[in-house]
Amino acid sequence: MRFMVIVKADKRSEAGELPDQKLLADMGKYNEELAKAGVLLAAEGLQPSSKGARVRFSGSKRTVIDGPFTETKELIAGFWLMQVKSRDEVIEWVKRCPNPFPGTESEIEIRQVFEAPDFGDELTPELQEAEKRVAAKMAENAKR
Amino acid sequence: MTAADSHRAIDAVWRIEAPRLIAGLARVVGDIGLAEDLAQDSLVAALEQWPSSGVPQNPGAWLMATAKHRAIDTFRRRRRFEQKQAAIGHQIELARDEAAGNIEAALDDPVGDDLLRLIFTACHPVLAAEARVALTLRLLGGLTTDEIARAFLVPEPTIAQRIVRAKRTLSRKRVPFEVPRGSDLAARLSSVLEIIYLIFNEGYAATAGDDWIRPGLCEEALRLGRILAELAPNEPEVHGLVALMEIQASRAGARVGPSGDPILLLDQNRARWDQLLIRRGLAALDRADALGRGRGPYSIQAAIAACHARARTAGETDWRQIVDLYGALLAVSPSPVVELNRAVAVAMAFGPAAGLERVEALAGDPALQRYHFLPGVRGDLLAKLERFDEARAAFEEAAALTRNGRERDLLRARADDCARRSSAVEPESR
Repeated sequence: MRFMVIVKADKRSEAGELPDQKLLADMGKYNEELAKAGVLLAAEGLQPSSKGARVRFSGSKRTVIDGPFTETKELIAGFWLMQVKSRDEVIEWVKRCPNPFPGTESEIEIRQVFEAPDFGDELTPELQEAEKRVAAKMAENAKR
Repeated sequence: MTAADSHRAIDAVWRIEAPRLIAGLARVVGDIGLAEDLAQDSLVAALEQWPSSGVPQNPGAWLMATAKHRAIDTFRRRRRFEQKQAAIGHQIELARDEAAGNIEAALDDPVGDDLLRLIFTACHPVLAAEARVALTLRLLGGLTTDEIARAFLVPEPTIAQRIVRAKRTLSRKRVPFEVPRGSDLAARLSSVLEIIYLIFNEGYAATAGDDWIRPGLCEEALRLGRILAELAPNEPEVHGLVALMEIQASRAGARVGPSGDPILLLDQNRARWDQLLIRRGLAALDRADALGRGRGPYSIQAAIAACHARARTAGETDWRQIVDLYGALLAVSPSPVVELNRAVAVAMAFGPAAGLERVEALAGDPALQRYHFLPGVRGDLLAKLERFDEARAAFEEAAALTRNGRERDLLRARADDCARRSSAVEPESR
């Protein structure tokens, strides 16, 4: 199973403040531990949202909105991709992560990643057949 | 936290901690069987205590401390037992005595090479390949005997026996718990890589309807490979194997159709290839090459896989490079099967006639007599050259040799197709 482990942004990360030496060292050690356990697929830290942008979709219209964005709690500051055997295992790994924002409360969110077989199993021949039937029914209804 | 929750949490802790725990204990007690027993004891203690006390802040340290106490108890008990038996040699006693004294200090040492020692010991060539596989999955993957049995489609007692015997063999043959050095290292490393790749292939061969644990073996092997790459970063073939597995695993989502039939590499929807794994695979191959010690068989196979991974469409595949790589592979590990693969690549790079010439040259090889792939390839190339009668005969021969029902159907269908096309071209050729 693959999980994305998301560090939420806070005022400091949004201000572009880098973690102090101790935290950097601790994070480095933690990443090394993940790699040595064979669970680390990727890890990235993100620059503040002031350097980013959003593209808003509305019908066929696209509007570009420049950062920064204000709702700090909804923003992310970095992520890991981990390959583990269970949700419990990734939780256990995240509990071992150094506190990303010492001195304040913060959260790390764990989300399972869809993988090809997740769709593969769902899309059985029976389901595909059912889909065709639905499509046929819709076409039929459209004629009325 | 319910009992079920805490059991699942303990499982997770166990998966993370077991290899390090067993490895650390094995270094001290010098016997992986005893080390595993001690580690298991600490797991039992956790299962008894954690559901009511909660999972401790540092579960790894807790397990280690518990195992440590058990180890010291065991040694003391043995010592008392041995003291009663005056016949026991003095030296052994002294050594044990010292061991019990040092145990505490030794266990507090950093993990260091312990895991590496554990991998090399579990994959020791005194054990049969199947025993090495079972022991590796048990000690390093933290799999239960039941899980291993399901993965390899054998009864659980068989696996349990296999593991018990393997541990006994290691202690009877006094296999030292160490990382081999010097000239030993190459041979021992190839034994480790062989086992990891064997586990991977067992998972790769699994089909959609199989128990989930079988395809899970691919992930298990990848994990072991990634661990090994961190522990032995200066070994090019370790990175080569990791690269090969990452790239092969990247195709997992594309290689089986909705009804479970296999989709051949060139027909796969490349949009379904996992780009993250491809990138990791290419990076691992770069790491292997960067060590500048040439490519071994795994690195070469990874380089071939990389040629496919880099091609955005099947038509863009660099077949000439693949031909060269198969040539390099033949130089380091000659085999008629590799020859046949090269013939296929030659046909793709230089046309079916050039490929056929190579295939015909292999036809007499005794190792390929019962290998359905040979007539299958021959049939394919003959069909491309529009020699349909010969192609039909080759496909029929291949169909008679294969044991896979789906494959047989496919080969028969191709034979029938050739028969039809043969009668269609007949008037012209006369």
